[in-house]
Amino acid sequence: MADVKKIATRESYGNALVACAEDFPELVVLDADLAGATKTGTFKKAYPDRHIDCGIAECNMTGIAAGLATCGKIPFISSFAMFAAGRNFEQVRNSIGYPHLNVKIGATHAGITVGEDGATHQCNEDIALMRTIPGMTVIVPSDDIEAKAAVRAALEMDGPVYLRFGRAAVPVINDNADYKFEIGKGVVLKEGADVSIIATGICVEGAMGAAEMLKADGIDAEVINIHTIKPLDEELVVATAKKTRKVFTVEEHSVIGGLGSAVCDVLSEKDPTKVTKIGVYDRFGESGPAAALVEKYGLDSKGIYAKIKENM
Amino acid sequence: MTNLELQKTANEVRKGIVTSVHSAKAGHPGGSLSAADMFTYLYFEEMNIDPKNPKWEDRDRFVLSKGHTAPGLYSALANRGYFPVEDLKTLRKLGSYLQGHPCMQETPGVDMSSGSLGQGISAAVGMALAAKLDKKDFRVYTLLGDGEIQEGQVWEASMFAGANKLDNLVVIVDNNGLQIDGRVEDVCSVYPIDAKFEAFNFQAINIDGHNFDEIRAAFKKAKETKGKPTAIIMHTVKGKGVSFMEDNAGWHGKAPNDEEYATAMADLDKIAAELEKAGEV
Repeated sequence: MADVKKIATRESYGNALVACAEDFPELVVLDADLAGATKTGTFKKAYPDRHIDCGIAECNMTGIAAGLATCGKIPFISSFAMFAAGRNFEQVRNSIGYPHLNVKIGATHAGITVGEDGATHQCNEDIALMRTIPGMTVIVPSDDIEAKAAVRAALEMDGPVYLRFGRAAVPVINDNADYKFEIGKGVVLKEGADVSIIATGICVEGAMGAAEMLKADGIDAEVINIHTIKPLDEELVVATAKKTRKVFTVEEHSVIGGLGSAVCDVLSEKDPTKVTKIGVYDRFGESGPAAALVEKYGLDSKGIYAKIKENM
Repeated sequence: MTNLELQKTANEVRKGIVTSVHSAKAGHPGGSLSAADMFTYLYFEEMNIDPKNPKWEDRDRFVLSKGHTAPGLYSALANRGYFPVEDLKTLRKLGSYLQGHPCMQETPGVDMSSGSLGQGISAAVGMALAAKLDKKDFRVYTLLGDGEIQEGQVWEASMFAGANKLDNLVVIVDNNGLQIDGRVEDVCSVYPIDAKFEAFNFQAINIDGHNFDEIRAAFKKAKETKGKPTAIIMHTVKGKGVSFMEDNAGWHGKAPNDEEYATAMADLDKIAAELEKAGEV
């Protein structure tokens, strides 16, 4: 396992925009002085006439994107999740969501893996905010391959899409020939009979590791990657719950309002099942190396494994 | 159109405002009436539009950033032929395509949904930018309230428009001097407005917003000016045309009752009669 390829999904995002530029001539990319960090700098370099730097003014950037979209452009607005979803919430709701405009939101630096910058920049609330907006599609890719597929899929559909990317390099886990990305369709990574682990984003890899550890204890875990939080693959969630009757959700996000809540919303109505949410427990993050934070917050394989054992 | 024709049309637009708000038993007559002459000039004289083809892609665009004055926009659109004037009475009613604030998916002729103050101007900037990117020559107009410019996003948008030399953009500020809590200078002064826009690399023009000669001259100057956007600060009277609503913050967001409605319509009928008489002279 020493040679596992690692790449941050923000990097994949920047690369995907460049890769899609010719196929989508109406694509334009907007930044708020973070093109270097959000990795849209590669697009800016390749297509300077289709890149607009709005300066440090995310709310205005969002409105500009709305105006561009009314004229047929497909704008990707780019910023950190904290600003793209947090500071911008009302602009996204009223200027993009309400008129259902074809604007894509590329939010990087989501969650605690922002690392050293600390709590002010570690957004653990964006999924919750975005999934409440009617008509908003919310996607959280787990690796490079999925991130690139998600960018293309977002461009192919009409309507607003929120895409969540990370700062830290993460292993490539979807490099198999069968991999197929479809918005709203979860992926069963490992079938199992005893417990269901439903994970999203960078936690998918940890969930796979936890399943390995459970196997050693004789516990057969099913692992599901939910890359689209909204619309959620309800059918798959209900099916796995019926199968194992024990559901664990894992996300680099607050346990309030994120994947865990979305899963509970479905199961409480369609097939009441005990769900244990693994995530950030109603607290702010802090400074530190990304990997150390993931470990401290119990979102690595060991942490996920421990939480599952505790709640079996 | 001659000034007299514009005045007559504006008076009809005002009647539509008063009628729709009365019918809705809610809405914002004050700021709709102060901007009625501007709505009229934009839709009957200035803008390159086609009411039969509201989504025509080369049309000029208008964004009502002060979205609460939707009755003014709706009345102008109806009088211009986008939809029946009779429908103005459905304003704010359940199932109506005339929502309390502009909704682009519902109403023919509405180019952008708006109503949360400070956001419309950014969308207008985006439209002006789209024209530049595609090398199209359509122009973009947006109307803001003077209270609205207290919103920080207005200045984010203005900074971008100035920096990007969006000379196809006209930002109009309806300076009627009143906001919900009182006079703008008492609540949180926005003055000087012109110097602020100039500092953001705009051309700023002050006009009497009820004088069509001045409105016409300002738009001509805006069109002739290259390399910078224009801000038109129009000095107006809130509630203009309805005697008891004029310059009264209490009529910002309140509907007239039946008796008040009759008085308001009598005021506007009187103006109509005077305009008829002026035409005969």
